[in-house]
Amino acid sequence: MAALAKRVEQLDRVVIRFAGDSGDGMQLTGDRFTSETAQLGNDISTLPNFPAEIRAPAGTLPGVSSFQVHFADYDILTPGDAPNVLVAMNPAALKANLVDLPAGADIIVNTDEFSKRNLAKVGYAVSPLEDGSLSEWSVHPVALTSMTVAALAGSGVPKKDAERAKNMFALGLLSWMYSRPFESTLRFLERKFAKRPELVAANKAAFQAGWNFGETTETFSVRYEVKPAKMAAGTYRNITGNAALALGLVAAGVRAKLPVFLGAYPITPASDILHELSKHKRFGITTMQAEDEIAAIGAALGASYGGALGVTTTSGPGVALKGETISLAIALELPLVIVDVQRAGPSTGMPTKTEQADLNMALYGRHGEAPLAVIAPKSPSDCFHAAIEAARIALTYRTPVILLSDNYVANGSEPWLLPEVSELPDLQVSFAAEPNGEDGRFLPYLRDPQTMARPWAIPGTPGLEHRIGGLEKADKTGDISYDPANHEFMVRTRAARIEQIPVPDVEVEDPDENARVLVLGWGSTYGPIGAACRALRQRGLPIAQAHLRHLAPLPANLGEVLKAYDKVIVPEMNLGQLAHVIRAKYLVDAVPFNQVSGLPFTAATLENMLEDVVKNG
Amino acid sequence: MASPTIPLTPVNLTAKDFKSDQEVRWCPGCGDYAILAAVQGFMPELGIPRENIVFVSGIGCSSRFPYYMNTYGMHSIHGRAPAIATGLSASRPDLSVWVVTGDGDALSIGGNHLIHALRRNVNLKILLFNNRIYGLTKGQYSPTSELGKITKSTPVGSNDAPFNPLSLALGAEATFVARTIDSDRKHLQSVLRAAAEHEGSAFVEIYQNCNIFNDGAFELIKDASTRDEHLIRLEQGQPITFGTDNRFSVVHPEGSFGLQVQEGGTPLVHDATVDDPAYAFALSRLSGSDLNTTPIGVFRNVRRPSYDELVQKQLQDARAQSTGTPEEMLGDLLSAGDTWTIM
Repeated sequence: MAALAKRVEQLDRVVIRFAGDSGDGMQLTGDRFTSETAQLGNDISTLPNFPAEIRAPAGTLPGVSSFQVHFADYDILTPGDAPNVLVAMNPAALKANLVDLPAGADIIVNTDEFSKRNLAKVGYAVSPLEDGSLSEWSVHPVALTSMTVAALAGSGVPKKDAERAKNMFALGLLSWMYSRPFESTLRFLERKFAKRPELVAANKAAFQAGWNFGETTETFSVRYEVKPAKMAAGTYRNITGNAALALGLVAAGVRAKLPVFLGAYPITPASDILHELSKHKRFGITTMQAEDEIAAIGAALGASYGGALGVTTTSGPGVALKGETISLAIALELPLVIVDVQRAGPSTGMPTKTEQADLNMALYGRHGEAPLAVIAPKSPSDCFHAAIEAARIALTYRTPVILLSDNYVANGSEPWLLPEVSELPDLQVSFAAEPNGEDGRFLPYLRDPQTMARPWAIPGTPGLEHRIGGLEKADKTGDISYDPANHEFMVRTRAARIEQIPVPDVEVEDPDENARVLVLGWGSTYGPIGAACRALRQRGLPIAQAHLRHLAPLPANLGEVLKAYDKVIVPEMNLGQLAHVIRAKYLVDAVPFNQVSGLPFTAATLENMLEDVVKNG
Repeated sequence: MASPTIPLTPVNLTAKDFKSDQEVRWCPGCGDYAILAAVQGFMPELGIPRENIVFVSGIGCSSRFPYYMNTYGMHSIHGRAPAIATGLSASRPDLSVWVVTGDGDALSIGGNHLIHALRRNVNLKILLFNNRIYGLTKGQYSPTSELGKITKSTPVGSNDAPFNPLSLALGAEATFVARTIDSDRKHLQSVLRAAAEHEGSAFVEIYQNCNIFNDGAFELIKDASTRDEHLIRLEQGQPITFGTDNRFSVVHPEGSFGLQVQEGGTPLVHDATVDDPAYAFALSRLSGSDLNTTPIGVFRNVRRPSYDELVQKQLQDARAQSTGTPEEMLGDLLSAGDTWTIM
């Protein structure tokens, strides 16, 4: 069909938010759009946002599910603060998202869903499409559902299935608008509906109809292009934090030449790691869906005792249940990786929303003096490397390590520069094979002078039969001991052995070297803090950024770094947990800046706050 | 490649070889001593090298057990031994893994792990020392204490109905269920032998006397003057009779769901391999808190694939279906899906 002549505009960046009912397939639509965009070589960052209810009542505000994707021709750090385009599949999606939409933004609405009933469900007395209330935005009314159904008429697909394909119509339209390559989506549809060829055809047809609609309708006069970003050479894929973390655990097993044993109990937002790892048995990975969180970590610890890399994955409520077993692992001095994909708490809280409020629990949430190592990834792709780092510390220093991911990095995605397998850290460690004491005795708590790690003597090794347990152990022999001096020594030794783990110095980003204000963050706030700092510098306001990956032990140079600045600001998605640590440990007047809304910081929020600090002190 | 199995090499070991250098610290007269001696005494028969044997325990008096065995051992935390042992056993099919637990450890705080280990049929030998009391915390009632039991925490009597551990295990799909008594070394060892030979979870309840906090709890079936009138010895293929001159029989009355004890009549012939767990369950219901008619021996011994076997088979199948070194497979995995290259 002859395309009308459409103007093509170049943009450097775009933020699109797909929003609809939980059953409208918005996550899938956003995911496919992201994949097409990644293929084009734009830098991308995504933010899925969905309710905990699997299917909240249709058409209601609590049932709205959205997926935001930010893409640009330069490197970006966040999924974007405010959408340029909102795709609203029903009145609820429009109402729930309007508040984030700057004036002038495009709104594509599915007019078919703007029925009296649906409007009433969300409290619209009159359709906002008709009462002039949307005049500050550029509204594009599209009868998405009926056009999809019309496009599939005669295809033999039942009307219900045809209606369900409306998300592919929307995707086709947006793909056209932003000149996205769509081959990967067609291939995806073939894979997804492999067992139902009629649905492959229907969804492809819906996609095509959406594309063609863009090309022919007068509703859309402009097409946009966003050129590829200048990124480091190499092969990339788009990846979510949870997927990257799972692959990092696979890689850790390969590089350690050890079987990986995952004990897990399903919990949002960590379950995807279990799902992913359960597909990779060929690497010698066992996944056990345990009867509860406690059994999950218990089985992982049992496997570690037997010489595997034991891992357990969970979220905050699960870590709370695992506390006693983590303490046992600390007493036994065995490797163990505990992944906490944080969500908004306390209690069940908001399981699909993000927060960084488990830091205190990770650092201190156990009985007795029970120190361990804590690290946090800063972005979705960084989850891969953080998982390997967690495994490295666990294996080398024979300690449990808590890896603090969160819902924001876990479900968000970004391009990932694929590493060379041979360049990944070598995690090989050796098991004890020989007695290490006098008279051929084996001393299970005789330490390596370098690492302070005790020997990892696994069952099956002749001559090293020994007993370990949660009771206090005598130094070297590991025998039960109630000796006061021994207990004092062992408590201090357990603290010292974590404190002495060498971790890289924290790096400071202060390009003009004239900043007086330092922003210190950890974990998933890296993106928004970085974007805010970048924006300030572009406006001539100097600011320094430091980001912690290692929370325990802290980098050796941190005190020095903190003292080099007049002011230290600590933004966190909690009520100041890192700030407390910093103030207590370094006697620095670290100023907390906190948000606990369940949503990540926007760059603009941080930019405004930091601008004030830089200008007014 | 088949998964490794527990090595059975002729090793000339004696009971002494299984004694660790640790001083045994149970109260003098505790039933645990007899169980420890029986286990140490029978271990050499298994022909398993010491280094391939692991004892895992939870918390409680019985859970000190691993310290006294010269094998690998872990004294873990309250109730969690079956979970820890599951991870160990599933990932190390070359190990013979034993769980030592008590009535509080296994049935109160660790009840969930116990039933799920049995459901999965993990290759564990679970020895539950049942003394019907909390010993280590000094004398509170346990989940097997009799209703109305007067203890430190129940001065006017417990309101908790007790568990029947064997009924519980059978309800949890256990494939091997047995009961024995600390003081009957010969019987204890014969049950342990059968448990060791069983592939999958073996659940053994051992009546054990706590002479400090619950002395004489099992006297009715231990004392020579009363024992024979109350103790029912289950022998595979033998009629189930007891009492002087075998005057009592265990029978299955017509129209009844359960079994009964009666004088005379045609006794059932014991068969632990009956697939339907209803039979073993009915046997387990013959004894209540009063011990009046208490069967001991192997109640149930059936075969179904162990969790360990199934786990190992999936790993092997996955490996057999893939080619390349782990590093090559990892490279493929990392670059799977939609990728793009920037020059």
